[in-house]
Amino acid sequence: MEPVVQLTRERLDRDALLAAVSDPRDGGVVIFEGVVRNHARGKQVRYLEYEAYVEMAEPQIREIIAEAQRRWGVERVAVAHRFGRLEIGETSVIVVVASPHRAEAFEACRYIIDTLKTTVPIWKKEVATDGEEWVEG
Amino acid sequence: MKIRIRYFASLREHTGLNEELFTLPDGASVADARALLLDRYPGLQAVVERSIYALNRHYVPLESVLHDGDELVFIPPMGGGTSKM
Repeated sequence: MEPVVQLTRERLDRDALLAAVSDPRDGGVVIFEGVVRNHARGKQVRYLEYEAYVEMAEPQIREIIAEAQRRWGVERVAVAHRFGRLEIGETSVIVVVASPHRAEAFEACRYIIDTLKTTVPIWKKEVATDGEEWVEG
Repeated sequence: MKIRIRYFASLREHTGLNEELFTLPDGASVADARALLLDRYPGLQAVVERSIYALNRHYVPLESVLHDGDELVFIPPMGGGTSKM
């Protein structure tokens, strides 16, 4: 199945992503959901702003998924990342991996989110009660 | 030749621009574009030192040679966070 990749300003729809990958051959579905938290490095976060180099980020995400598929043989994958302003508690990223067995799905999901976070050109600005800053790692 | 530099995140905020055209001599490299950028915006020194380079949407080394019409982006570190549990 062609992976589902979404980069959007709109609220992410977990159920739609789940439906897009679900298949009777799969016995396990692993979902990672990244959520905006209200604190970071001792600061009180008010909201986040995500910015993406969309034309590069999308093919990069597809490449990461292809690598996960090569390594773990997972067939059905969906990745969605939101950008723009996100409030506390809102979902910034969702990774869904469906596979016949759970071990591969867990491994592949972990690989995809960890690699995405460190290599895909999407930046996060934390707007805290005492100022704002682009987060670097 | 002319290349297009696109700005994101802290670079976009510092320059106040989404993109800009740079004129460079034929055979110029990413390093030359970087020098010109810092000439124009000395305040970017620190963030550019921490950045990597994307040429036509692929990561490349500093010595890569540029061509007319290229799209170059200085990629500041992504806020990847940690996967610690």
